[in-house]
Amino acid sequence: MTATPTAAAPFTTVIGLEVHVQLQTRTKLFCGCSTTFGAAPNTHVCPTCLGLPGSLPVMNRTAFELAVRAALALGCKIAPFTKWDRKNYFYPDLPKGYQISQFDLPFSSAGALEVVDPKGALSRNVRITRVHLEEDAGKSMHDEAAGTGDTRIDLNRAGTPLCEIVTEPDLRSPQEARAWLNELKLLLVYLGVSDCNMQEGSLRVDANVNLHIPSDGGRIAKTPIVEIKNMNSFRSVERALVYEAARQYEEWQATKAEMGKTPKQTRGWDDPAGVTRAQRHKEESSDYRYFPEPDLVPVTVSEEWLAATREAMGDPPSVLREKLAARWKIPAYDADVLVNQGRELVAYFEDLAERVGEGKVASNWMQQDVLRTLNERGGSIDAFPVRPAALAELIGRVAKGDFDTSRAREIFAEVLASGRTVDEVVASMGIAAVDDDELITLCRELLAANPRVVADVKGGKEQAAAGLIGQAKKKNPNVNPGKVRAMCLDLIRQM
Amino acid sequence: MQPSDMSAVDLVTAVRQGDLTALRATEAFLEQIERLDGQINAFLSVDRDGALRTAAAVDAKRKAGKTLGPLAGLPVAVKDALCTSDLPTTCASKMLAGFRPPYDAEVVARLRAADAVIVGKTNMDEFAMGGSNENSAFGPVHNPWDLTRAPGGSSGGSAACVAADMAPVAIGSDTGGSIRQPAGLCGITGLKPTYGRVSRRGLVAFASSLDQIGPMARSAADCALLLETIAGHDPGDATSLDLPVPAYGSDLERPLEGVRIGRVPAHFGAGLDPEVAHAVEEAFAAFRAAGATIIDIDMPHADAGVATYYLVAPCEASSNLARYDGAHYGHRAEPGKGHRAEPGKLQPAEPVSGQGNASGGFESALVEMYCRSRAEGFGPEVKRRIMLGTYALSAGYYDAYYAKALKVRRLIRQDYLDAFEKVDLIGGPVSATAAFKLGEKSGDPLAMYLVDLYTVCTNLAGVGGISFPCGFTKGGLPIGFQLQAPALAEPLLLRATDRYQHLTDWHRRRPAIAARPR
Repeated sequence: MTATPTAAAPFTTVIGLEVHVQLQTRTKLFCGCSTTFGAAPNTHVCPTCLGLPGSLPVMNRTAFELAVRAALALGCKIAPFTKWDRKNYFYPDLPKGYQISQFDLPFSSAGALEVVDPKGALSRNVRITRVHLEEDAGKSMHDEAAGTGDTRIDLNRAGTPLCEIVTEPDLRSPQEARAWLNELKLLLVYLGVSDCNMQEGSLRVDANVNLHIPSDGGRIAKTPIVEIKNMNSFRSVERALVYEAARQYEEWQATKAEMGKTPKQTRGWDDPAGVTRAQRHKEESSDYRYFPEPDLVPVTVSEEWLAATREAMGDPPSVLREKLAARWKIPAYDADVLVNQGRELVAYFEDLAERVGEGKVASNWMQQDVLRTLNERGGSIDAFPVRPAALAELIGRVAKGDFDTSRAREIFAEVLASGRTVDEVVASMGIAAVDDDELITLCRELLAANPRVVADVKGGKEQAAAGLIGQAKKKNPNVNPGKVRAMCLDLIRQM
Repeated sequence: MQPSDMSAVDLVTAVRQGDLTALRATEAFLEQIERLDGQINAFLSVDRDGALRTAAAVDAKRKAGKTLGPLAGLPVAVKDALCTSDLPTTCASKMLAGFRPPYDAEVVARLRAADAVIVGKTNMDEFAMGGSNENSAFGPVHNPWDLTRAPGGSSGGSAACVAADMAPVAIGSDTGGSIRQPAGLCGITGLKPTYGRVSRRGLVAFASSLDQIGPMARSAADCALLLETIAGHDPGDATSLDLPVPAYGSDLERPLEGVRIGRVPAHFGAGLDPEVAHAVEEAFAAFRAAGATIIDIDMPHADAGVATYYLVAPCEASSNLARYDGAHYGHRAEPGKGHRAEPGKLQPAEPVSGQGNASGGFESALVEMYCRSRAEGFGPEVKRRIMLGTYALSAGYYDAYYAKALKVRRLIRQDYLDAFEKVDLIGGPVSATAAFKLGEKSGDPLAMYLVDLYTVCTNLAGVGGISFPCGFTKGGLPIGFQLQAPALAEPLLLRATDRYQHLTDWHRRRPAIAARPR
């Protein structure tokens, strides 16, 4: 971590994020057009999102509710009165010539989202400056390769509801930024606010970054703030920030240029090349001529409505982690892993734990077997072929002593591979409970064949008995190793 | 009686009772259009075939015994600022020449649902910006009372076509007086309803917080008939009021005893033509005779009305008109044509050069396309207002101009609230003079802006106003009287006007040109 300057990283990286998330509504923010991704260009459009003469916007209440849900979960204050503003600029993918957004009275402000690494390496409370709602623009596709200068416009996305979340510059490393984004994404997906699919553009991140460098006489030099755009994964965000911090440090060493002396720069992340590149200064000089949107009425939010929204919201991940750890007596680390996989996996786990009756045992199976297999196979937990009931049965039979855990894993793998039930697999693998008479006979044979082990145990080295278990399993794969060990020790004591 | 001499109320009654076919009524008005519009230029498009088809359908519907809509068979002219899916909608701008919207404005849809017959789209000042109709890209409208004079604006075509009997009623829109002022100058009755009373959906926006659609007709009773159809809540317009629509025609005959009408002495200051002042005072006397009480009141911030209006309206317009950029529809400049500066005219912006990055070529070509499309597509007054508004909204000027204008707007609104504690209506002139000559003010934008002196405050306050004829100048030009009322007091506006029109016959006079050859 580079939270404090060290010899290896003689500066502090200061990062603030601006995140745009597309809200999971069926229809657009100000008209009834579908928000479904991937339709043929310009098929999800109407006079309003095309910006045709005379068309008017009408606010989508669901979008407002989802945005409020997000803001509440981020601990933001919700304004009792909020209005819409027009942000004016010309671009072909903005058919009205202005974007309906929120300027001086956003619907929410002053929240925070903490990022905590259960291993204890990270802990940062990141303040949220504001969360506001706005409409998305369409998409421009420049035909640069052909050199004809043709630009195609797809307005399907125009008018899609976006929630803009702006943080204070509270993050102190690229790793923290990535971890925080993971937490934010998890939260928004949990609340059903957004699917946060970065490939489809449902979540977009811009980062503002500069360095605080201790210099002569204890003074802190601050490098000019750079805004990084075009990062299309959280990994890209981390890489871009790492690169940019190094670049800024190098530049500072060469120029000693500090914040405020030059205008804020915008740089684009070139992922294949792994570098940021300066973009034109157009953004800095624009004057958006914001003014209140006269086609919409201000929105007032009542305390009752807020309370109902809060009620219907469900637990955010941070609360759910604590609840899971307490309810099932599992370590914080386990709860973190489970919650980070999403609501559906948590539901699977709770179903399993309920049936098994032991949270930690269920959690171990989740972490070691279910999650590993899920990662290998892909797909969602809801489509996972071994349902909680079957897995609970398997775990129950281990507890009963029918077979040991490693045998149970083989059964689990076979159930997954064949799609048969636990009973069928147990039968087909010839697994049968070994009765006590059979076990005594087996142990006697082993002791007779291993006088050295017997002597060692008698000499006080009980762990020597472990060598017998492998041999027992070779003779009969169905034996329970714990039982073999206990019985051998008993027999040696009687000798 | 000729259909074109009948009131709208009588026309729909006659059609409903089978005394007159919708077809015959429509034909009569279409004939008048054919005879006169070459001289008046009130229409930008006339839908002869469509109108006759609709009229025939109304007649068939009646024959089949089906229920007829409340405006069955009534020819209506619609200002070209309202979207019509079957006729071009140009806003009298080269920018939208030939533009055909894919949808009907809410008001147009309501007219159709009421079985009205839309005869055509009327001429106007470009994007409703102007008070003389001279800002039309398709030539000015000529005032039927004197073809060398302006009909007023911006709904000049709607006013002129009703005055010349080319339509019994018309739809106008009023942002700062655009229904009332041309109604006054053309000798007809025009109502600007309370903001939100009539849906704006499909009205091409000029200044969204001020625009309101309203009826224009020969009488208050005919305005009431039309308003009842077009008023009402539209869930597609967030600013439309969700309140029941009264039966505007049902309360017209109640006498005016007890009604208090405010008179603002400041209205009669310098600049008001003495002939107009006289006619307006006579109208006050007539109202007194009809039982109303006239009370002098003060509107302390009315002086700031024009200045406030000419900030609020251009600011909103500069944003509302940003969509006309040549990218998606409307006029787009031919690529690659150079510009030559024309002395004394508004110049297109210099092409912006690329800034040395990959998309620089695209950016500069794009900006040039925007600049030239807008330079070619918009007329001078529209450009002037876009520039005014852009300037006033710019960083560093916003507080001094737009924010201050909003504050004054609140004071003006308060003036009205205070006044309506004392009176039920406010009366006065609509404009300082009768119709002026075409070309008389067109070189002086400021003189033209002062034409709106008596009308802009109604829009800034969001209340309703009506204008109707109250006399004629010695030269035979109509003089208008204006009544303003508290929000949603349209029934009172219409009733007071109707009572006045029962005592006077100014509204029955027709220009000589309208008389049919025998």
